[in-house]
Amino acid sequence: MRDLPGRILSGGPGAALIGLDRVSVALDGHPILDSIDMQVRRGEIVTIVGPNGSGKSTLIRTIIGLLPATSGTIRRAAGLTIGYVPQRLAIDPSMPVTVGRFMNLPRRRPAAAVAAALAEAGLPGVERRQIAGLSGGQLQRVLLARALLDKPDLLILDEATAGLDQPGVAAFYARIEQVRARHGCAVLMVSHDLQIVMRASDHVICLNGHVCCEGTPEKVSLSPAYHSLFGMAGAETLALYRHHHTHSHDEDGGGESGRESGRADRAGCGHDHGPHGPAEPARARDHA
Amino acid sequence: MLDDFMIRAALAGIGLALACAPLGCFVVWRRMAYYGDATAHAALLGVALSLAFAVPLFPAVILVALAMAAGVTGLTGRNHAGDTALGVLSHAALATGMVAVSFVPGVRTDLMAYLFGDILAVTRGDLATIWLGAGAVVALLAWRWSALLLATLSPEMAVAAGIRPKAEQWALNVALALVVAAGIRIVGALLISAMLIIPAAAARPLVRTPEAMAVAAGGIGIAGVLGGLAGAWNADLPAGPAIVCAVTILFLLGVLVGAVGRGRRKRAGGTL
Repeated sequence: MRDLPGRILSGGPGAALIGLDRVSVALDGHPILDSIDMQVRRGEIVTIVGPNGSGKSTLIRTIIGLLPATSGTIRRAAGLTIGYVPQRLAIDPSMPVTVGRFMNLPRRRPAAAVAAALAEAGLPGVERRQIAGLSGGQLQRVLLARALLDKPDLLILDEATAGLDQPGVAAFYARIEQVRARHGCAVLMVSHDLQIVMRASDHVICLNGHVCCEGTPEKVSLSPAYHSLFGMAGAETLALYRHHHTHSHDEDGGGESGRESGRADRAGCGHDHGPHGPAEPARARDHA
Repeated sequence: MLDDFMIRAALAGIGLALACAPLGCFVVWRRMAYYGDATAHAALLGVALSLAFAVPLFPAVILVALAMAAGVTGLTGRNHAGDTALGVLSHAALATGMVAVSFVPGVRTDLMAYLFGDILAVTRGDLATIWLGAGAVVALLAWRWSALLLATLSPEMAVAAGIRPKAEQWALNVALALVVAAGIRIVGALLISAMLIIPAAAARPLVRTPEAMAVAAGGIGIAGVLGGLAGAWNADLPAGPAIVCAVTILFLLGVLVGAVGRGRRKRAGGTL
């Protein structure tokens, strides 16, 4: 998994789209990332978790090309298309931009493609709305829709749910899973919404300047490195994670629901609240 | 027709208003108002150099404006915020310009003309310079328009789309240098950034897209130029300040229209 021989990444199912080889990054002379090895394979959801200041966003920005790596190499599959969903969009109210105009930046798209992408992101028919007038959840879906316009092989989300409430976060991740299921694109995301993210991922990378541990969500949540990083929050994730495997619930987790129930349940759900999971209310309350 | 000084003044003002409209929008969106001011003040050093060494004004001003942009970019970092670097450089350039001019005999009054401009004294040569400069600004911004919009909305998304925000910032720096160099004869260094900011700000409540804002700012700028010149002709007002007063009146009208529009939407049920 970790060894990435020095050849060009090739296509095919399960092939690596992006591979990092001992990548280190320093900002203003301060080392932020040390010798990161990681890769994202086609169709895989990879999540980077880590405490504040652990270099999560720096890693994403390096992968996108916003920051140069001080050493090491980043390999991309030939012809790789990346859809990027930023952490936030600090739009100044002095700038009038409709959703439709925004979707056509930096180049024009067919109106039908814009409408389809917005519908897929769960926000159809908002082309004439002002960006500045959208709620946080709506804005995130517009950003997702814009990233989908390019039919990306890899969707990169940098704490895309910052500012959403927990049901909103759960709904957003459920939508990401739907998108992955439909397009087969890989997803690389950064998050601190530990509980929800852990379940939505195929592979979790626990970052704190270096890769502390990585693997399946269950493996990571059991690892001592993860627990020393996240302490109580990590323990909670573990509890929720185990709990989740027996049934799903939608009360104490703020409406989150796992992969099994979430996908079918949420199809076509156009609003910001979490899904009404299939768990019986009485049973869910027992665990609340 | 170009023999009439009022016609020349109107054409000069219209050229300036057209260049200021799209650039002024970016100045407003990117919160560069102080940057425009600082560039204009620093431009006086260019004026001083041009007077002292008898070199053409336009390239001298552009050179100083670009040097200041480079200086601000270089100084801004961990120890200095962007506006601190701007403040240091713009005042240093302004003061140096004043000191430099004091060594050149008999140009004191000339310098006053560049502080406040004299649109009524615009020559045919000035007119050509202004329209060439304005044409270059509009062409440059039209060329970089979409990339600049995305870089303004989100530098990260711009980079992900293959755009280099720093290069786009330089497109704005160059456009600003051109506008300052073209406008310093018309409204003067002290009021040039008014022509950037006020028409764009006046247009904001009236529009829903960036393109509409640039077009509306152009219309408002032209109306302000013609209104100000009418005031200068009829009431013997100083022309440059009268133009700025006229666009300010249009700005207030824009605020009023925006407030009425908001009130109407609220009564209609609060939906956008």
